[in-house]
Amino acid sequence: MGALSINQRAALLSVAMLVVGLLIWEAAIPAQKAAEELTEYERLTGAGSAKAGVPPPSQVIAKAWEQLSNPFYDAGPNDKGIGIQIGYSIYRVLTGYFLAALIAIPFGFLIGMSQVAYKAFNPFIQVLRPISPLAWMPLALFIIGDSEASAIFVIFICSIWPMLINTAFGVAGVREDWVNVARTHELGPIKTAFTVILPAAAPTILTGMRISIGIAWLVIVAAEMLVGGTGIGYYVWNEWNNLDLTSVVFSILMIGVVGMLLDAMFGLLQRRVTYAE
Amino acid sequence: MKPFLSIDKLTQRFPDGNGGELTVFENASFGVKKGEFVVILGHSGCGKSTIMNILAGLADPTSGVVTMDGYEVRGPSLDRGVVFQNYSLLPWLTTLKNVTFGVKARHPEWTKQQVEEHATKFLAMVGLEGDVIHRKPSQLSGGMRQRVSIARAFANHPKLLLLDEPFGALDALTRGTIQDELLKIWGQMEQTVFMITHDIDEAILLADRILLMTNGPHARVAESVDITIPRPRNRTEIVEHPNYYAIRNHLVQFLGKRSKELAGQPTEAGQTNKPETVRIDLTDPAEDPEDKRPALKAVNS
Repeated sequence: MGALSINQRAALLSVAMLVVGLLIWEAAIPAQKAAEELTEYERLTGAGSAKAGVPPPSQVIAKAWEQLSNPFYDAGPNDKGIGIQIGYSIYRVLTGYFLAALIAIPFGFLIGMSQVAYKAFNPFIQVLRPISPLAWMPLALFIIGDSEASAIFVIFICSIWPMLINTAFGVAGVREDWVNVARTHELGPIKTAFTVILPAAAPTILTGMRISIGIAWLVIVAAEMLVGGTGIGYYVWNEWNNLDLTSVVFSILMIGVVGMLLDAMFGLLQRRVTYAE
Repeated sequence: MKPFLSIDKLTQRFPDGNGGELTVFENASFGVKKGEFVVILGHSGCGKSTIMNILAGLADPTSGVVTMDGYEVRGPSLDRGVVFQNYSLLPWLTTLKNVTFGVKARHPEWTKQQVEEHATKFLAMVGLEGDVIHRKPSQLSGGMRQRVSIARAFANHPKLLLLDEPFGALDALTRGTIQDELLKIWGQMEQTVFMITHDIDEAILLADRILLMTNGPHARVAESVDITIPRPRNRTEIVEHPNYYAIRNHLVQFLGKRSKELAGQPTEAGQTNKPETVRIDLTDPAEDPEDKRPALKAVNS
């Protein structure tokens, strides 16, 4: 064991925990009785038909295999492959998210540069920020009138705050010395913004972007359950209506995996702009 | 004729937080000649850094005028390079890029290659060569970081170089080496330098002239001490020079006693606080440090 690195040991432990967890889960699910074992009374009362229940992992794995081997099939509005559903969700998340970034980062930059603006906007931000993004949904549906656009709007409104606040905070916190370096080198305001303030605030801005993408992914599932039609959130709700818990568990796992990948992407970006003082 | 850099009746007051005003310094006036290395020496709080910030154009005085080369100093300029005590390198750029940052600002018309060659040359002048120049500041020692900062300032050929306690954060040994490097590069460039320090030996080693400030508030530049030790100077040899301890004692006396005695005297309106010139030269038979009557000097010269 001494020869293994910390990472290797951690990986071994993770695998062990996964296996033990899955075994416990599998063992905890009572097997359905075979039809021959039922009494006549039981058969008459319908116990013979398949009962809905939490599926054992073996079934979930089988479902995952089936779904992932053909992720992009489209057999009508209620039967689309998991890849298509996730694709819709990612499209909505990214559209709303980048619209938010487009506004939050330049606006946050301006707020961060001016103490007056920072203090003037702060109360509004503090009130709007804690509002659950789904609370905007009725208003969005009424004003925009389109469920697709409303879902994107909800993503937009939930991802704008962390980016806005972090950008303003990062820009306001840029060390005076670095700004003085720019001033003594006669850099104009635009040049200073791009060559000194942006790189100095980049780690904080990226932190905000990472928080936002996490929140956006959390919110899209709920938003799609409301607006329906397509997307991973709709898929989960649809499978619940079909009482197909295997698919529900499988899609829960997929939501986790996609969320992890999105976060990892921003983590990578964040590491690229982080500097040590 | 006005000197190259002239400071006229510079006054700085700040609100003291109780509705009143705190006068840091008042009617300070002095000049710096082209190519001169002037060091300003004084206790903390006497407003040295404020004078430095005004010269750099990073702060505005309450009243008074600074002119350089015939023009009034207004706002920061590439003509006045600054080396800050905390190096002020941009941590996300490599050593080389920190220097090219300055060179590019000074010579926007240069090609990338010209800029890099120029920067590399100045980094080599302060002893930074090879792989080191591609490291980030966080991977350098304090001494190396200050070298980068000095290289960045010299590479821009400013008309005036301002050094704000550049060696304050360094250990004594490193400080020595970098002082030598600073002297070497200064000797090659004939750069006008204005420097803040509170290290007496450092001031004597580097300066042509030392300005002494009284304690604040109402601080003023009380004396201008000529350093009558010939160049090139060397830290091990200057201590042997007959003038060294005479000058050093004078400075120690000033900072230890007289800076307090002279402190806190508000000046009358319109009065200019020109520093009194002090020249201590034991090697010159014309001058006796005990008796500095100008009449004697005139007779013997």
